[in-house]
Amino acid sequence: MTSSDGTVTEVRSESADAPGVFESLWRKVRSGEASLLPILLGLAVLVIYFQVRNSVFLSAGNLTNLFVQATIFILLAMAETWLLLLGEIDLSVGYVAALGATTAVILLDAQFHWPWYLALLAAIAVTTSIGVLQGFIIIKLRLPSFIVTLAGLLGWEGVLIFFVDRQGTGGTIPVQEKVLYDLVNGNLSPLATWIFTAASLAIFCWSILRKDQSRRASGLESVPFAVTIMKVAALVVAGIILVLIFNTNRGTFTVLRGMPYAIPVDFVMLTAGGFILTRTKAGRYIYAIGGNPEAARRAGINVDRYRLLAFSLTGVTAGVAGLIYASRLGGISDGVDGGNLVLLAVASAVIGGTSLFGGRGKIIHAVIGGMVIASIYNGMALINMSAATQFIATALVLLVAVAMDSVARRSTASR
Amino acid sequence: MTTTSGPTGRAMPENDTPPGGPEVASSPPLLQLRGISKHFGAVEALKYVDLDVPAGQVTALIGDNGAGKSTLIKAIAGIYPPSSGEIFWEGQRVSLHSPRAAEELGIATVYQDLALCDNLDIVQNMYLGHEASKRLTLDEITMELETRRVLTELSVFTVRSVRQLVGSLSGGQRQAIAVARAVMHESKLVIMDEPTAALGVTQTAQVLELITRLASRGIAVLVISHNLNDVFTVADRIAVMYLGTLVECGPIANYDTTRAVELITTGAGARADG
Repeated sequence: MTSSDGTVTEVRSESADAPGVFESLWRKVRSGEASLLPILLGLAVLVIYFQVRNSVFLSAGNLTNLFVQATIFILLAMAETWLLLLGEIDLSVGYVAALGATTAVILLDAQFHWPWYLALLAAIAVTTSIGVLQGFIIIKLRLPSFIVTLAGLLGWEGVLIFFVDRQGTGGTIPVQEKVLYDLVNGNLSPLATWIFTAASLAIFCWSILRKDQSRRASGLESVPFAVTIMKVAALVVAGIILVLIFNTNRGTFTVLRGMPYAIPVDFVMLTAGGFILTRTKAGRYIYAIGGNPEAARRAGINVDRYRLLAFSLTGVTAGVAGLIYASRLGGISDGVDGGNLVLLAVASAVIGGTSLFGGRGKIIHAVIGGMVIASIYNGMALINMSAATQFIATALVLLVAVAMDSVARRSTASR
Repeated sequence: MTTTSGPTGRAMPENDTPPGGPEVASSPPLLQLRGISKHFGAVEALKYVDLDVPAGQVTALIGDNGAGKSTLIKAIAGIYPPSSGEIFWEGQRVSLHSPRAAEELGIATVYQDLALCDNLDIVQNMYLGHEASKRLTLDEITMELETRRVLTELSVFTVRSVRQLVGSLSGGQRQAIAVARAVMHESKLVIMDEPTAALGVTQTAQVLELITRLASRGIAVLVISHNLNDVFTVADRIAVMYLGTLVECGPIANYDTTRAVELITTGAGARADG
């Protein structure tokens, strides 16, 4: 492997031959670099199991429902991801999201009647401010995020109850405004579904091909072109399948077709988050701080500034999640279980492959993890399993995911 | 014997005149310390230290625990600005009041704990805090090409890929990455704190090789080491510290292990060469 005699040895890039690709893939799986693969296999197993037990599972109607169900877990897990990457956690994110939703719902109410876009922006502004406030306390006073956001978990629930009950509508404020209601319950037209999917695919495939092409042009070795083509083809096929699912009529009395608006929302958050994490300095620094804060500090990175940025991004994402949540429930009540929501959010992120120990994870992990949790809930309901079994099954999946995270972490650290 | 400093109690040099050491003919040494002292409260960690660090040579800083080696390199790295004394960089008087100021001059420090992020790959670590960007996004291609160029140039080791996570590298490889990162950003002086302390025999040889290669590229290297074997393998010059003073400094040829040990343990510089 090494030469101590001082001869000039070449620095190689990833080997380009086909066996080398599989070998390096296996190495990545083992060291936790390619954490998507095991969990996708796990998801496939779940899907097959539920489909065998109840053939409704893979019907277009149920799958669409599953995607919508997953959205709340996905978005909250994305919110949590920003902090998990730093090795921090936000236990208050469920109630913060609900508080944002409450803001929107109250401002849209007859009493205030704000235009929808201002109300939604105000909701996100509220959750972002809360994120910044908690982050500021944690960073400036050097307190553990676990404790400060635990205080948040209790405190923001109190604030939520205060504002909801003050409306005098019996502990629940309904969503009456159309845009917010349609966020989950409305659909793109079948044609718009095609256009949106085609446009998204075009952007993704273009970015993959461009990256591949520029690596080749610069003489950097990369994966064989066939692998890139396969990747692009797989994306296109997945996109088409999604469109076919969403565009199948799933209504019983009326025709109901098209992609729910919640899906583009997920997609935009995924793309924006992925862009920040992989293409910008801010993202690079968040990973660096999560991996070794002292190294980041010595490299001249303003660690506190980027930690605060992560807290504010958590706030932004929680705001979007809250709006989706209110839309799905058709209102916001003082009985929101933000505690349970945050636990499922962290579980989703970790099941997807984001490390609890900081420095490792991706936004896409939140999507996969959210799908797994939603599949468990959806599938268990379909095969009439009790709530007790649902909780136990979720717990087992979470345990397996955390164990895998820990094993991957040790295999990287031990060498 | 060409020593640039005598025992303790040496007089301060004249104000603002860049002093020239005996072995300097035309241009002054890259870094010159004159009368550097550092107090921590009542504790005098450094007492009137004079030291020359010439370009293209490896200067080894040796001394027992608590002799002031670490304090001295931290003064040069801008972490502990000296209480008094003068620092000349390329003949110009400079003030090293912060790590950033030292870095901007071209002083890079490789600490014992390396300060690498295990969860980032080699390219990402090499450029941490100095990322190349193009239209607001990271320019990965440029960074990867440049990393490969630097690593190939310094080649003491093979890595599977520059996109490999640093956490998966061996101790010697990690040390090499830390050093390569230090020299990549146009550094003229590289300071290393115990670069071989945690390494095995083969890896130590690799790192020593790398140190020699840096010097041959015209970079000044200041290395702290407890291992006299290593010192006598790589160093061109030796500087011995004893209880906060720099007792002797000169070409390695003037010393042998016995004498070095005696200087380290007793600080007595009066004895003639063996």
